[in-house]
Amino acid sequence: MRARSAWAQGVAGLAGLCVLLELVPRSGLVSARYLPPISEILAALADKAGEASFWTALADTMRGWAIGLTVAVVAGVVLGVALGSIGPLRAATGSTIEFLRPIPSVALVPLAVLLFGTDLRSKLLLIVYAAFWQVLIQVLSGVQDVDPVARETARSYGLGAWAQVRHVTWPTTLPYLMTGVRLAATIALVLAITAELVIGSPGLGKEIAVAQSSGAVASMYALVVVTGLIGVAVNLLARVLERRALAWHTSVRGELPA
Amino acid sequence: MTAVGRLARRAALALGLPLAIIAVLWVASADSQSFYLPPLRTVLETFADVWLSARLIDDVLPSLLRLAVGYLAAVALGVAIGVPLGASRTVRGVVEPVLEFFRAIPPPVMVPILILIAGIGDIMKVLVIVFGCVWPVLLNTVEGVRAVDPVLDETARCYRIRGLARLRHLVLRGASPQIFTGMRQSLSIGIILMVISEMFASSNGLGFTIIQFQRSFAIPEMWSGIILLGLVGVLLSLAFRAVEGRVLAWYYSLRRSHRGEPTG
Repeated sequence: MRARSAWAQGVAGLAGLCVLLELVPRSGLVSARYLPPISEILAALADKAGEASFWTALADTMRGWAIGLTVAVVAGVVLGVALGSIGPLRAATGSTIEFLRPIPSVALVPLAVLLFGTDLRSKLLLIVYAAFWQVLIQVLSGVQDVDPVARETARSYGLGAWAQVRHVTWPTTLPYLMTGVRLAATIALVLAITAELVIGSPGLGKEIAVAQSSGAVASMYALVVVTGLIGVAVNLLARVLERRALAWHTSVRGELPA
Repeated sequence: MTAVGRLARRAALALGLPLAIIAVLWVASADSQSFYLPPLRTVLETFADVWLSARLIDDVLPSLLRLAVGYLAAVALGVAIGVPLGASRTVRGVVEPVLEFFRAIPPPVMVPILILIAGIGDIMKVLVIVFGCVWPVLLNTVEGVRAVDPVLDETARCYRIRGLARLRHLVLRGASPQIFTGMRQSLSIGIILMVISEMFASSNGLGFTIIQFQRSFAIPEMWSGIILLGLVGVLLSLAFRAVEGRVLAWYYSLRRSHRGEPTG
């Protein structure tokens, strides 16, 4: 019952937003040149869905996102587990990580343009740099969180280094890693769109820039709505993945009805 | 180990790798002929020439001011909207999906929209920063207010702490660790948006200048700009941590005492 009323409230909220976005431009409160009514935006969206170029752009964006995120996650996990498990290494690299992490990845835009132009690699450079730190930092805190008793128990049972990583470090780190992946998935999408918008790599971001410069306001809004929907989808996907991977973990189990 | 020895060890650990990396880069790039990778020496010399000049006031300052105005406005807005949302279950149910959608829009796509509405001036850039930064603060405030300790809430009610006093001492205090988490996420988004809004359309600012260097193939200047942006990011995050440590000092020592660690 509660779930259904929450559902109804949410639908009411979204419907309210749509009505608002229809009435505000129609009533002339905001000029339709700046904000077309939502019906026009949706019509433009339907037009877009009929064009092959839209689907190509969408595929370009998602490909950059997926490759960049995968590279960042793999690199983050491997380096994170290695640096975190080996004490002296962690101590020696801490300050360097703290320094490199806050460097905004958009600082690399000019470099990416010079090295790779509008190529996919430009996009990947920005995505990987931004997403990698999210994963690395989480994995490092996860490895640090390993229960010392569990670690010593494993050692006294004679588990080798690999078995220790697999059976002790990994289960503790996984929840942290999943948080990192969720954050990284969002950031990767932002940077993919940014690269397309600013550098002009093919993808939705570039389409938005083109629509803006050619004055196709309704299409521009339609594309922005699409990026928002992708963002929502990415969030949901990451949450589902998190629940799947952590089905055994108390933080997830606790939410199930007892 | 003596105290001095410990301190020396910590300093060596903290500075060792960065110094080694700089040294390696310095030596490896010393007689670099590559057009894109000039010697580090040249870059650092250029850094002083380029940035310790009128540019500091003409380009760096406007960027940072826009960031400060946009960021602070977003924090104020996020908290102001987040508190009532966190307090009411019904309102939250109605607006949550809408907020989730707006948060999921990658903030840089707002640049073309806001250019349409507000032109390419300072207002557009500040609005872009506000739009991008407001969501993490807002959503974390909602979470924080929702999770205020019910025992504290009832205690406050018993003592008839109401209105502004309740807001200040109970709600905002209780939510502040969460709010700061949101503010930290917002800060890095804000820096990204500061740069992007200037790269897209501008006549001054850090992002604009760096792109100009790149377009005119002024490579050492471009590298010096990248280094400066990196420094801005690092310094702002240090400043943030200092503020956070101060404001949340009570929270950290509370947490330590819960864990049975020495407080202080």
